[in-house]
Amino acid sequence: MGQALQRAAQWTSAKGGSGGKLEFTKLNEELLNTIIQWIEGFGAKYPEEAKLSFKSPLTWPSSLRADMLSGAGYTERGEEVVSEAQNDKGDHPLLVLKKSGAQEYMISIMNLEYAEAVLRMASEKKLSEVRSCLEANRDPVVNMLGERFATVEGDDNSIFRFIEEITKEIETLAKQSVNAENEGNTEKQAEIEMKKTQLKLRLQLLRLDQQLLNQSIISITKDVRLTPVSVDGEVSILKDLSGEDDDKCVLDSIEYFGDGYVFKNGCRAQPWRQLHGDICYLVVKPHDGDTMYITANTSGYYLNNGLDPMKAGDLKYTKVGDSYKDLVTLLKDKSPRFGELIDKQEFALKVRDRDHDHVIDHGGETRSYTEEDDFTHRTDTKRQEKKDKDQKEDKQKQNATKKKKLSPSLKWKALGMEEYNEDEKKDKEKRILRKKRTPTQLKSKTPMGAEDSFSESSTESEEEEESIERRSETNADLPSEYWQIQKLVKYLKGGNQTATIIALCSMRDFNLAQETCQLAIRDVGGLEVLINLLDTEEIKCKIGSLKILKEISRNTQIRRAIADLGGLQTMVKILRDLDKDLKCLAAETIANVAKFRRARRTVRQHGGIKKLVGLLDCPNVQGTLTPDMEKDVEVARCGALALWSCSKSKKNKEAMRKAGAIPLLAKLLKSTHENMLIPVVGTLQECASEPSYRLAIRTEGMIEDLVKNLNSSNQELQMHCASAIFKCAEEKETRDLVRQYGGLDPLVALLANNSNKELLAAATGAIWKCSISAENVKRFQELKAIDLLVALLNDQPEEVLVNVVGALGELAKDPPNRAQIRKAGGISPLVNLLTGTNQALLVNVTKAVGQCAEEQDNMAIIDKLDGVRLLWSLLKNHNPEVQASAAWAICPCIENAKDAGEMVRSFVGGLELIVSLLKSENKEVLASVCAAIANIAKDEENLAVITDHGVVPMLARLTNTTDDKLRRHLAEAIARCCNWGNNRVAFGREKAVAPLVRYLKSSDEMVHRSTARALFQLSKDPENCITMHEAGAVQPLMKMVGSVDEDLQEAAAGCIGNIRRLALANEKARYS
Amino acid sequence: MATKRQEQTKLIEKLSKRKDKDGQCHFQKPEIEKLIMMFNKYVEGSPHNKLDRLKFRDLLHDMFGMTDDILMDRVFRAYDRDNDNFLNHDEWVMGLSIFLRGTLEEKTKFCFNVYDLNGDGYISREEMFQLLKNSLIKQPTEEDPDEGIKEMVELVLKKMDHDHDSRLSYADFESTVKEESLLLEAFGPCLPSPEKRQAFLNLISEDYHHKY
Repeated sequence: MGQALQRAAQWTSAKGGSGGKLEFTKLNEELLNTIIQWIEGFGAKYPEEAKLSFKSPLTWPSSLRADMLSGAGYTERGEEVVSEAQNDKGDHPLLVLKKSGAQEYMISIMNLEYAEAVLRMASEKKLSEVRSCLEANRDPVVNMLGERFATVEGDDNSIFRFIEEITKEIETLAKQSVNAENEGNTEKQAEIEMKKTQLKLRLQLLRLDQQLLNQSIISITKDVRLTPVSVDGEVSILKDLSGEDDDKCVLDSIEYFGDGYVFKNGCRAQPWRQLHGDICYLVVKPHDGDTMYITANTSGYYLNNGLDPMKAGDLKYTKVGDSYKDLVTLLKDKSPRFGELIDKQEFALKVRDRDHDHVIDHGGETRSYTEEDDFTHRTDTKRQEKKDKDQKEDKQKQNATKKKKLSPSLKWKALGMEEYNEDEKKDKEKRILRKKRTPTQLKSKTPMGAEDSFSESSTESEEEEESIERRSETNADLPSEYWQIQKLVKYLKGGNQTATIIALCSMRDFNLAQETCQLAIRDVGGLEVLINLLDTEEIKCKIGSLKILKEISRNTQIRRAIADLGGLQTMVKILRDLDKDLKCLAAETIANVAKFRRARRTVRQHGGIKKLVGLLDCPNVQGTLTPDMEKDVEVARCGALALWSCSKSKKNKEAMRKAGAIPLLAKLLKSTHENMLIPVVGTLQECASEPSYRLAIRTEGMIEDLVKNLNSSNQELQMHCASAIFKCAEEKETRDLVRQYGGLDPLVALLANNSNKELLAAATGAIWKCSISAENVKRFQELKAIDLLVALLNDQPEEVLVNVVGALGELAKDPPNRAQIRKAGGISPLVNLLTGTNQALLVNVTKAVGQCAEEQDNMAIIDKLDGVRLLWSLLKNHNPEVQASAAWAICPCIENAKDAGEMVRSFVGGLELIVSLLKSENKEVLASVCAAIANIAKDEENLAVITDHGVVPMLARLTNTTDDKLRRHLAEAIARCCNWGNNRVAFGREKAVAPLVRYLKSSDEMVHRSTARALFQLSKDPENCITMHEAGAVQPLMKMVGSVDEDLQEAAAGCIGNIRRLALANEKARYS
Repeated sequence: MATKRQEQTKLIEKLSKRKDKDGQCHFQKPEIEKLIMMFNKYVEGSPHNKLDRLKFRDLLHDMFGMTDDILMDRVFRAYDRDNDNFLNHDEWVMGLSIFLRGTLEEKTKFCFNVYDLNGDGYISREEMFQLLKNSLIKQPTEEDPDEGIKEMVELVLKKMDHDHDSRLSYADFESTVKEESLLLEAFGPCLPSPEKRQAFLNLISEDYHHKY
């Protein structure tokens, strides 16, 4: 029991020379109870050992009174009460109770039997009896069995020696007994017996000792005491999970109480409170209920009395309520909302962290790889040296980190903590993630939804390839900057905040726009440090770090690296900071980094869009500004810049709209500063691809501002404005607004700007869309836009051409403009463009050519340039849009060309081709081809050819359509195709008539007209008349006879006439 | 008693209107009153009713979380305009005025005074070394543990020493700070952090006291 008492039992530190006391702890109580149990059962189990006298008595101040020692076996002897029984030497009574003071007694016992007796007498006080016994005799074994069994540190072989002694004595005794029997032997025998008993007792005590130790280990392991590290861990996890969001964050806030100073031992409590075991104090604000003040003591977490109204900055430290083993349990108990939330937390944050870790590892690997590669051209010995040095450096680094932990300087406060929290975080993560283990790595690689990639402007694979190439290049030889930057990064890593700032400022003196420097920072591990600095509390370090990150993030590889290292998450967090400079820098850096899809997604997923939109909210953008207001404007500008980058993803646009970006952008649009307007308009034009934004831009009155800024002197701004108008002018109302605000004039004026192709493309695009409205066309006529546009048909990039040709196509819908195009010499370049390959361009060109072909004079030129053949060959294009618009363009060509029949026949295989297009699945293609066939069929010879190609059954098969446009042109084609051979009968046989009759119920007049014409043609065959009559054609036809449309009247009347004639003939035949 | 009060009112009046070569006081009258009350509380019982170095150091530590002894001494020196090793009302209020509300120029001057250890108007190499010597984690295996610091000093000179005389004059320091405000506290923290600053300002602001 010696070991257990010395090691496991909790003694108070010695005070006033009176020896230690056993603390009143649970552990000690358990130990004492075990000892009591052991003593109480001992006499019965081992009577011999119980009777064994101690070497010296166990004496202690007892609570027993003389009168309690009643009954037989005790006698009074003056001041003392003694037992009648004496020890085996007969010089000491086995129990002595001696009065030592007025009410104080000392008791001493000489064997365990009496110990048992004492406990029996003490009854409910036996615990205190044993306690004071042990306190008085720190090593009772010595008293019991003598000094030789004293508890010692290290190996205790006293027992073995004792056993040896006994066996030796037995042996000698045995020898003696062989020799002779004398009286001394019996004495010796008794002595040996006694020693054996002693040994047995010793072994029993040893067993008890072991039992006690085991017991205490169990209870010690149960009782985990808090340490500053574990407290910091729990707090930082909860900090990560707290925020204002009532649904996602478990707490409103959790903060350390006090000035934030961390002592060397990791505690935050004042030293005099640390004496009481306090580690730190926490201020926790749950979503429900009041702010709680919690003490983290080594014994556990408990509530204290909160702020001391008497002393500012101090707490009332008294404990309130129970203590808890961990913070979460306490909070769960105090805040039901917290319990609810912590159970359903999705821990998206954790997922990110794991991802992040992984990436860091990866980065480390690649870096070491490149480092070794750098030295490939050196000799092996040098390489060896380098390796040795590397190892040394590694060790140093380790040392450095160790040191860091031992003496956390102010600067590394946050960082260091993160370091040692990592493990804990991971543990917790694992536990939580087990529930929903989604392989994030995999997830990020799966392509985004089709709609998300739709609006992307950067292609990721391209950038990635590029980065691999560059890497191998840069390894060739290293510039001197590399080594200088490496040194600076070393200072960043191993310096306090002063050294860090000096290093940061020195680093900024390098040409950070240069790729070698950018990559050098990455390759020497500077990015990690810079990003880590963002997590510290030091605002200056954050600013310095961001200033560098902002510059180097112009490099695509650095962007990726920043995103991989989790820099975006931190920067998004910084957006909420109070310091405006810091916010600006973070937003600007985000603007640079979020140029690729994954980064944009990261920003969105971490709530960055909402915060960025929040930055836009600045009270005043116009008029004279105080420096403070200017700061606000600057913040808004940076926010707009970041949103501009982010707005390239469709989901981000949606998120921005939901966050209320539109009215804020509208407000900022009123600004007069170009550097503010460019990102704002840029964002708007990016977002205008969404109908919801287009509507908002119109209704929020932004068109006026956009038009106003078209007159700006800044080409970039003009470009974005024109581009925004281009996208918004899809809607008629917007087009009208552009005209009303006088936006058409500056647009046309921009056409003169031939050098800036982007601007030109945007301006021509805007003109194209605006010219869809007839009123705008008039204005463009006045502005002589056609001449300018035609001039742009030569030597322009395709982006410009598409828009120019589109605009010409729209403008040519107005007849005077067609002549104007011809006069400006536009026909020939247009026809030339028919040989292009750009699908969008071809669609527009064919449309424009088709419009121009509406005029005889134009057609002559087109014919001369062999334009129709070019159009015809476009029917072979794979893009149905191109096919359709080519077929549409062919219609006016045939109509207006001289000797069109001959021309068409001259295209080898042309007629077969166009008939085969009737198999297309695209409605627009079908309609356009039907229209073309209707025109082709005007020529009898051609009609014969297409009939041979089986046009009749193909047309008949299409008759079941419900699409009015197709119906109209289909009926037209059928009407025309009836004029050959027995095609009428063939249509009837192919069951085309009854569906055609149904067309008469359509609401489209044009459908009626062509259908009536087709029916009129078909009614020339009696069988068809019967079918029509049966299908109920007469009644709607009768109505159409009364139509104002003469064509329709005539056709309907003709049709009815034919039907009637058949009936009359029938009657005649019957009666005659 | 009455005279004392009058005296104080006069003092406040004087301070609030003060505008001399050392700059002007950036505090409102009620704030000055609070500051003086605070000062009186601190100097209670000490001779001459003046604040001594040790008390001031404690104050810097408690209020503004400063830890570096050398710098705290230097800050005291910068406060102590008459170099009598004690702070009087005047020095206290004017010092805090720069400390808490100073313009960039005032703060630049203040920081320069702090860093100019021997007060000769220049920050020399040796002074820089002294100021920066604890700024790097010493690596025991390095042959010369001071090498890093020396390099830091060179970096600073390269960055700040515009006239290349191997020491920083006030003009050097000022132009650097104007260019890059991060370098205001280039040789160690000697101004309060924004949070501490705000906390202290709250402490002396009128509203705050009404609330609590």
